[in-house]
Amino acid sequence: MKRLALAGAVAGAATLVLTGVASAQETMETTTAAPDPFVLFSQNTNLLWIIVGASLVMFMQAGFAMLETGFIRAKNAAHTMAMNIAVFATGATAFFIVGYGLMFGGYSANVPGFDWGYDHALGGPLLGSGHWVFLWQGGWALTGGKFAASGAVAGYFLYMLAFMDTAATIPTGSMAERWKFKSFVLWGLFCGALYYPLFGAWTWGGGWLSQLGNTLKLGNGYVDFAGSGVVHAVGGVAALTGALVLGPRIGKYGKDGKARGIPGHSIAMAGAGTLILFFGWFGFNAASTLQIADGQFAVVAANTAIAAALGGMTGMLWVWKRTGKPDPAMIMNGLLAGLVAITAPCAFVDPWAAGLIGLIAGIIVVEVVFFVDQKVKIDDPVGAIGVHFANGIWGVLALGIFANGRYGVDALGAGLGWNGTTTHLDSAGAATGVTGVLYGSSGWGQLAAQAIGVLVIVVVMGGISFAFFKLSQKVFKGGIRSDAADEIAGLDIPEMGVLAYPDFSGTHEGLGASVE
Amino acid sequence: MVNLVTAVIKPHKLEEVKDALKAIDMPGMTVDEVKGFGRQGGHTETYRGAEYKVDLLPKVKVEVLCTEADTDRVVDTIMNAARTDKIGDGKIWVTPVSKMVRIRTGERDGDAL
Repeated sequence: MKRLALAGAVAGAATLVLTGVASAQETMETTTAAPDPFVLFSQNTNLLWIIVGASLVMFMQAGFAMLETGFIRAKNAAHTMAMNIAVFATGATAFFIVGYGLMFGGYSANVPGFDWGYDHALGGPLLGSGHWVFLWQGGWALTGGKFAASGAVAGYFLYMLAFMDTAATIPTGSMAERWKFKSFVLWGLFCGALYYPLFGAWTWGGGWLSQLGNTLKLGNGYVDFAGSGVVHAVGGVAALTGALVLGPRIGKYGKDGKARGIPGHSIAMAGAGTLILFFGWFGFNAASTLQIADGQFAVVAANTAIAAALGGMTGMLWVWKRTGKPDPAMIMNGLLAGLVAITAPCAFVDPWAAGLIGLIAGIIVVEVVFFVDQKVKIDDPVGAIGVHFANGIWGVLALGIFANGRYGVDALGAGLGWNGTTTHLDSAGAATGVTGVLYGSSGWGQLAAQAIGVLVIVVVMGGISFAFFKLSQKVFKGGIRSDAADEIAGLDIPEMGVLAYPDFSGTHEGLGASVE
Repeated sequence: MVNLVTAVIKPHKLEEVKDALKAIDMPGMTVDEVKGFGRQGGHTETYRGAEYKVDLLPKVKVEVLCTEADTDRVVDTIMNAARTDKIGDGKIWVTPVSKMVRIRTGERDGDAL
């Protein structure tokens, strides 16, 4: 569950707004029946924060597009760039019409005294009831319910749409340079309509994983502040199963079975993409407070940058030690690994812990990229499995270790903590927030909830995505992989009908690209 | 009698070669970016942990058309300008041109230079 409005948020925001506006305060005191302008102002300021956040997350698509396209060969650049743009067109269409309704349609969190539009259900449960909801229904294409009454549902929808798009675009990197475009289009629709909303409903939609604190007494249930698991590991496991079903690019493994490096055609473009992703990540994480009245967003933003720094640094040093040179592509992956890992715990951990999480992420990403490439022999041109899948899992688990218990106290009202879990009390009888194993014995329950989330991502979401790609093999004549001749020539002309770089010689046939 | 002098040189030496040819009043040259290997051979690099060979190195190919009389001077000029005394400096060769036409005027062979 994303962070929902605190019970005291309105009062807190109003106090902030009113500071130094004494004359306005007098006006408010004389107003009783009309909508309180300061409540409206604070709510709309919170809403603006969400729209700013959504815009930043949407801009990450430019980062993904440039990172992935830079990491592949020039002969496939139009194909990869087109996937990164069309994934929004397909995924967002499906999410708008069906996905949002399944993920949030019947979801309602009671926040006393705060008429915050997205707290109102647009429908009811589709599968399950009470603390065991598996899918919602209602609000298809944002119609019905209380949608008309408030822009908040629209703002929340937009923010969630941008997150869905992030998950959907992850497989386009691992499956690049050989994925038939028709099959990719089906993936975009499937991810936006069903795949992403499924795990989303179980977690941020108040479904069964988020309720493990109430049902099985496991901490505050599965907690994922901004989506290391919900977005990155869920997208990452599809990147893994998709690349597995597709098989490696022609020429990736020699006759001796040894992995060969296939350098990307523009490290410069990939580097710019990495920095754009970093920039957008502040919207991804900090705006996940969903309200500007909650000053924790500053802690979140700082933790995000700290983890990125340490991830980039250890990624750089680790690959330098392993190969003799600080491979730019792996510095980029290291930075992004830190960002992915801090995404779940960013609001709950101290800055030193954020640094440690990033530091470990940088080592994980190098080792996983090398292991997947050289031992498992799944060809992942951009490192999506190491960045999003492995470090998404690490981020989810890290929360169960490092959460300091200070944030999320009475998050949904007196006695109701994060995810609506009955507030935990520490040994001294004081209410605590989300707590990891380093900060109390209740942390073991939290870590268990996180581990269950990871298990569900790997087994259930991994199984669903694997089945989807396997079934897709039957749907499309000749399977989901491009023809070998097209792959060797480059997919730009056979699949897209246009070259990314028509005015440059030597790009189409991949001169010097060491492909037989 | 017209000869074609072809030189494959290190890319960063192009400016010096061009200036040296201008200094001896050669009226024109054609330049191409090429890749290849010779005695210098290639080397192995690592990308994302996996090795790959860089056995085709970037070079610049310079082509100059000149009379038989000018040929040695052109060859020496390119050689002196392109030389770094390190492996990979490249090669120069001369081929006779059996026919040559200036497109605009239709002038032939030596007159077309």
